Amino acid sequence: MATRNTALPFWRTRRGQDRLATAAIFTTLCIGGTVVLLPFFWMLSTALKRADQVYLSPPVWVPIPPEVINFWTALTRVPFHIYALNTTIIVVLVMIGTLLSCSFAAYGFARMNAPGRDFIFMLVLGTLMLPGAVTLVPTYLMFNSVGWVNTFLPLIVPSFFGSAFNIFLLRQFYLTLPVELEDAAKIDGANPYRIWWSIMLPLSQPVLATVGVFTFVGTYNDFFTPLIYLADESKYTIAVALSYFQGSPRIGPQMHLLMAAVTVSILPPLILFLAAQRYFVRGIVMSGIKG
Amino acid sequence: MQSPSSAESVLVPEAAPSHRHISRWNSEAFHAYVFMLPAILGILIFTLGPVIASLFLSFTEYNIITDPEWIGIANYTTLFQEPLFWQALRVSAIYSVVSVPLNLGFALALAVLLNHKMRGMTFFRSVYYLPTVISGVGVAMLWRWLFNAEFGAINVLLSNVGIQGPAWLLDENWALSALIITSMWSVGGTTLIFLAGLQGIPEELYEAAEIDGAGRWTQFRSITLPLLSTVTFFNLVLGIIGALQVFTDAFVITRGGPNQATLFLAVYLYQHAFLYLNMGYASAIAWFMFVLVMLLTLMVFRSSPLWVFYETGRKGN
Repeated sequence: MATRNTALPFWRTRRGQDRLATAAIFTTLCIGGTVVLLPFFWMLSTALKRADQVYLSPPVWVPIPPEVINFWTALTRVPFHIYALNTTIIVVLVMIGTLLSCSFAAYGFARMNAPGRDFIFMLVLGTLMLPGAVTLVPTYLMFNSVGWVNTFLPLIVPSFFGSAFNIFLLRQFYLTLPVELEDAAKIDGANPYRIWWSIMLPLSQPVLATVGVFTFVGTYNDFFTPLIYLADESKYTIAVALSYFQGSPRIGPQMHLLMAAVTVSILPPLILFLAAQRYFVRGIVMSGIKG
Repeated sequence: MQSPSSAESVLVPEAAPSHRHISRWNSEAFHAYVFMLPAILGILIFTLGPVIASLFLSFTEYNIITDPEWIGIANYTTLFQEPLFWQALRVSAIYSVVSVPLNLGFALALAVLLNHKMRGMTFFRSVYYLPTVISGVGVAMLWRWLFNAEFGAINVLLSNVGIQGPAWLLDENWALSALIITSMWSVGGTTLIFLAGLQGIPEELYEAAEIDGAGRWTQFRSITLPLLSTVTFFNLVLGIIGALQVFTDAFVITRGGPNQATLFLAVYLYQHAFLYLNMGYASAIAWFMFVLVMLLTLMVFRSSPLWVFYETGRKGN
């Protein structure tokens, strides 16, 4: 702690103040980070306990040896592979629908002129303000009347009709692209659909990736929609199946098995987040621009 | 146009493109509507149609099996006489009033810390954002276990520092607080939106303020807060809309209990729509929520000139 060239003690100098601030911030963030991660630690710890270690006071924080077999037990007591397959089908189709319909609409809003275009765009944005509860009952009745309840269709089909936030995100991106790119293609005789498909889509890969990861996480974590539309156990998604575990005699009372199932269920979004962090951050930065 | 005069022939090359321009404009409008078609249909089928239909249904009695029967405003009069509805409204109101400002304040403070220039900050940002990515049923069940009165991690840790924790989810005085704490855990999404806003504030402003001798707190109050107010506004509106629609946590963690202490409006709506099949009554609840959200959003918008700072020459939305 040298106080060279100055009469002030180190902690009063500018560099000293910066160091102190950094140290204080680092400490605060470490404590907060521990609090944030603690639930995950508790989940994993419980998932690896023997049945007789779960309800102990004081608790076993680190079970040795870890009961890795709990994962196997939890996943084989229920047809987990079926839930995983259902979830995969729904998530993949919703992602395809969202990416196609949103980029398609966004290109129109960004580049094509037509009377009423901006009014329609404001309507699209207006749907963001609408609480989902208002449309819930009639939408359910509509799907019920066409016999789609207890199928995946109510979960998938709406995604092919665009969603406001993603359209907004993609439109903002298309607005930043130089028009010259399309002009060249127009001179070569390409129609607008061709331009959208062969020029705009490849150029917008980073934004599409952002929309893709958010759609994945949103659809994967969605609980309400599959809860009201899927009745048969053979059609459950992981989220819905999980919610019934706690009441099910096969898993419910055994907290270690329940936490093992929860651990497995959070793996897909966790892996995606670790692998594609920059796309998550980009999406937030872009949504921040909106404010 | 067919005149062979040299003056006219000079104009011809200009006239031709302008003619093409018009027909291209027409076909452009056509193509524009084709591009917008999915979104327009989406709004008509999944938003506008259902909104109108639910208004209609809210004046009927409808159980799916028999046809809807027009009963006027009976659903609404029942609604306001129903103690459980007032309880749901009370729960949602308390939750919103407490959790929205708490989350905003917490997110802002965290964003300021995460905006500090320091090594390893990317790691911290990821850690704090993690709960936003991993949300939903699994996490709700995890919180149920964390709040377990006897063996949950929270009360165990509290007892380590000599505090006898409450029964949380089993205690009607504490269950709602438990859900508010749960919501605080996912503050990372809001935080990163603030962070993006913070990074848009020009560094020179702080440098200039420092030269003028302004301390950190003054800098925060007279630079950060005003320049961040559009982002705060955005987060506030989304926070209110989100808080009034909380469902998963309340449904999975407490099932609305104990003794209706966590009966949120969305849970009350769910019970009437999908347990008792009172579709008309459920629609009345939905429309009440809709009007409530609209009024609150309108109030926030109206109040915005008082506290939201727009840079001159740039129109904020």
